[in-house]
Amino acid sequence: MLTDDFDPTKGEMLRVMDEEGNVEASLMPKMSKELLKKMYRNMLLTRMADDKAVKLQRQGRLGAYPPSKGQEASQLGPAMVLKEGDWLIWAFREMGALLWKGVPLQTLYLYWMGNELGNVYPEGVKATPSVVPVGSQIPHAVGIAYASKLRGEKDITLAYFGDGATSEGEFHEGLNFAGVFKTPNVFVCQNNQFAISTRRERQSASATLAQKAVAYGFPGILVDGNDVLAMYAAANEAVERARKGKGPTLIESYTYRMSDHTTSDDWRKYRSKEEVAEWERKDPLKRFRSYLSAQGILGDEASLAKELTDIVEKAAAEAEAVPLPSRSDVFTHTYSDIPPYLRSQMGGGGK
Amino acid sequence: MMMNMVQSINSALALEMERDPSVVILGEDVGVDGGVFRVTDGLLGKFGEGRVIDTPLAEAGIVGTAIGMAMNGLRPVAEMQFMGFSYLALNQMINHAARMRNRTRGRLTVPMVLRMPYGAGVKALEHHSESTEALYAQIPGLKVVVPSTPLEAKGLLTASIRDPDPVVFLEPTRSYRMLKEEVPDGEHLVPLGKARTVQEGDDVTIVGWGAMIPLIQRAVADLQASVEIIDLRTISPMDSEAVVDSVKRTGRAVVVHESPRSFGPGAEIASRIYEGAILKLEAPVERVTAPDITVPLPKGEDHYYVNERMIKEGIERTLRF
Repeated sequence: MLTDDFDPTKGEMLRVMDEEGNVEASLMPKMSKELLKKMYRNMLLTRMADDKAVKLQRQGRLGAYPPSKGQEASQLGPAMVLKEGDWLIWAFREMGALLWKGVPLQTLYLYWMGNELGNVYPEGVKATPSVVPVGSQIPHAVGIAYASKLRGEKDITLAYFGDGATSEGEFHEGLNFAGVFKTPNVFVCQNNQFAISTRRERQSASATLAQKAVAYGFPGILVDGNDVLAMYAAANEAVERARKGKGPTLIESYTYRMSDHTTSDDWRKYRSKEEVAEWERKDPLKRFRSYLSAQGILGDEASLAKELTDIVEKAAAEAEAVPLPSRSDVFTHTYSDIPPYLRSQMGGGGK
Repeated sequence: MMMNMVQSINSALALEMERDPSVVILGEDVGVDGGVFRVTDGLLGKFGEGRVIDTPLAEAGIVGTAIGMAMNGLRPVAEMQFMGFSYLALNQMINHAARMRNRTRGRLTVPMVLRMPYGAGVKALEHHSESTEALYAQIPGLKVVVPSTPLEAKGLLTASIRDPDPVVFLEPTRSYRMLKEEVPDGEHLVPLGKARTVQEGDDVTIVGWGAMIPLIQRAVADLQASVEIIDLRTISPMDSEAVVDSVKRTGRAVVVHESPRSFGPGAEIASRIYEGAILKLEAPVERVTAPDITVPLPKGEDHYYVNERMIKEGIERTLRF
């Protein structure tokens, strides 16, 4: 078990692929060339869609947006091991995971443009909407998993959150419940080193965040979050453990937020250019590209870039073409039925 | 059979759990101990620990877990030991339970019940006598239900469990074992959002809920005036029509609540009466409430709690106006 081989209390970190894209063969998970190509495609699409979202925000066409840049591998690895019936619970910086799960890009853009219809995912995509009050989605993941377990289903529930969330009470309460009830959960902490401007060291005196799992009575593992192969391997094992009824796992993805917290923020205020440049060298996308290139399975990059550009532009245009919500849209879903006083506040027949 | 409110709530829970395998109970001490007021007594034995869940001591964890359960097909009934502890879970109730339906345009919903004892009168410790229903009633998307008798409690809780929206179900602590009445052994359903006329009258309308209803009944028993008593049952969404229609006939209204006066439910009820019946009013809407102070410890409680004398005086003031 990887969780036995890599002990977070000893500072051991799982890494399959080094910063130059060289792979440790003994740790390499079994993956087809097609799957590897599909992964690269998702990561590149996430990067391009993310760039586009920031541009749209700068042009006043999209609201405040939390960029994913630098965390594409961290997001994708865990999402890949989910089956259709499994639930994905996200925070707000997981675009790549949602794209993999089957949420269309135009839907995500629509949400960030400020329309609740962007929380209406296609039928069968088991995912909750984004959660902005940090960490408060973690107990939901436990309740969802409990329900699956009670019905004897094999579905598992995966929840993402950040390093800042580990300071919140609901992180503790959620993981504590998961440990006590042995729910089929996988918790992925994307430790991107910052909660807005506050550094990881100010969140916790624990040497690693993964080791917090020890206190809850289940395994934790520290993983190089810029290594998509390692994230996949760790999540794969954790999901299998959950599916077999052996309880939850905490994965700390050690990564870096290469951009701002959101488009309302400026990272220059709290970190140096040198620090960011150092992490750009460890860019998860470059790293995976080096590996694929060495394996000779990268394919035609120009045509891929062209294809993804078209997807991104089309998604943005489609999201912008969605009409503004009607008065009825914003009133109707407060309750299952509109109470009379609310109908009168809506007025005008609710067009 | 004759039941007190603890028994009638227990009966509603047992029947709903038998009827619907998706109904689960979770909270602190709800299993082995049957809850601190013994409301869930015996249910663990009947339904097992998968469905009657003794949780760690963590209100936000209980409510957050219940929200997740509800989004994934269960109908959780979560218990808070006292209303004063439910504040730890306000983030979950306000930011998630109340708005999930709206945020996802109905794709995900949270059909859960958050049960808790509320209100004073049992000489309890600090934080055990809160009556802050207005906190919850202010939140769009939450329903707030308060039963006044054992029969009402059974019917309203059954409806709350079956309701597609999150319901905050407030059980008047002092009424748990105060009176017994005939309650059907089988299913009993009282629809949410509909007030109840407890007693008809022509001179003045008294609006109350929960533990205030028996108190109002006692206070008006020897009055000469013809008093109409309305049990609101559901604080939100409020049945304002029932109140306004009654006041249109009587021309006078007194609202009684044990929560503090300012920004309390009485202010909202008075507003709705003014909006709907101002030309029929013979007097301003009278409010009989707790004062705007921290609930005193038991030695000082007589300065705080609404009593029969205050209700009588309120009625007399409005009749004399």
